[in-house]
Amino acid sequence: MKKQLIFLLCTLFIFAACSQDRKETSVANDANSVYQLNSDWENQHSQQMKLADLNGKTVVMAMIYTSCKTACPRLTAEIKEIEKGLGNYDPKKVRLVLVSIDPETDTPEKMEEYLKLNDFVGEQWLFLRSDESSTREFANVLSVKYKQISPIDFSHSNIISVFSDRGVLTFQKEGLDSDVSEIVGEVKKQLRNS
Amino acid sequence: MKRLSLFIVLFTAVLTSCHNRQGVAVKEVPAVSPQILNPVETDKKMLTIQGGSYLGFLGKDSGRIVEVKSFKIDEAPVTNAEFLEFLKKNPQWTRSKVSRLYADDAYLHNWKSDYEIPDNAKPESPVTNISWFAAKAYAKSVGKRLPSIDEWEYAALADEVSKDASGKAEFTQYILNSYQKKGMYKTSIKQQKPNYYGLYDLYGMVWEWTEDFNSVMISGESRGDSSQNESLFCSGAALTTSDLTNYAAFMRYAMRGSLKADYSVNNLGFRCAKDL
Repeated sequence: MKKQLIFLLCTLFIFAACSQDRKETSVANDANSVYQLNSDWENQHSQQMKLADLNGKTVVMAMIYTSCKTACPRLTAEIKEIEKGLGNYDPKKVRLVLVSIDPETDTPEKMEEYLKLNDFVGEQWLFLRSDESSTREFANVLSVKYKQISPIDFSHSNIISVFSDRGVLTFQKEGLDSDVSEIVGEVKKQLRNS
Repeated sequence: MKRLSLFIVLFTAVLTSCHNRQGVAVKEVPAVSPQILNPVETDKKMLTIQGGSYLGFLGKDSGRIVEVKSFKIDEAPVTNAEFLEFLKKNPQWTRSKVSRLYADDAYLHNWKSDYEIPDNAKPESPVTNISWFAAKAYAKSVGKRLPSIDEWEYAALADEVSKDASGKAEFTQYILNSYQKKGMYKTSIKQQKPNYYGLYDLYGMVWEWTEDFNSVMISGESRGDSSQNESLFCSGAALTTSDLTNYAAFMRYAMRGSLKADYSVNNLGFRCAKDL
């Protein structure tokens, strides 16, 4: 009788845990989650991925292009500052993501080279590219504007975005200035909540 | 002992099923994506626009020759009736189901219900109050795409008798006059005379979404853009337009620059385009 009771309790417990799991995995369906975007992306290792593959991580993201000589190096420097500001963090829980607005030029080789050049090494660093249409769509989700102004130059908004572990946009930093404390605070908050 | 082994077997079974379900739940994410669309049939007439070049209006394109490849474009804006067909096949885009990521709360707000067009509009009126995401999804569902700004502007250079009427003062005046008419979006398409190519209602009915509307960076929304762009609109913005008399084009770019992709606006619609 006792054994039966334990059995019953165990089963219930497992079922409960199970349904909780399901809840967690299906929240990528959040009405505001960018993980609804079904576009195909390629990272610096030439691996194909979906945005939903970032599910479960707190994400910091900026849209740049590797041949950029003006604003992007400053945006990249800010990302570096943000990463420093996080102090000791679990690289499994964070993704620092650069997204190319020049997918034709930014091949996986170029993206990897760019990351290495900036000492962006480790599983938490990602550089993504997609096709032009999906890139523009993603930019629109972030309210990022950009325009190709010559074969090698783009003008673009300088926005760094933070996403919760469920892909919901929670914070955007606009413009170029060196103060990253607010955005660092937001990332830390997201990490605590995740 | 028997009971114990039964217990273990059950335990494993539950765990396995649990894992399976978890896997399925994760995979479901793309499956519910509003971007996975059911195809929609359309017999809307498209016209071929022969490629060419035109003088760019703004910023770095100001005074520059912009090349446009040949393309096809709908002869008129997409109507309420046509959009309704799309909604019936793709209910994830109805007012009650649309994701907030893709449309603000003004999306189709004037419709009576998910499948009933507005009282004060006709089935043949252009659909409005649709976001850029919705317009893009519609275009995809009928096997088309949205036109680029350059394609739209190039096709819209034509008056009734010539391909390029941009030099004619009366054409500019006609456009400006048409922009002053109010409530035209409630009327039926194709009531005005078509232009040289046979395109209807480019002016005076609705503003139209373009694929790359977010390449126009002239509003406060483009916040702290990179330095190349500063000359675009700050201080002497209007001075960079290639043709100061082309105030009409300036208005269209200002409109595009003020939009975000989830905005739904009363007099903003769209038409589709296609590669040749």
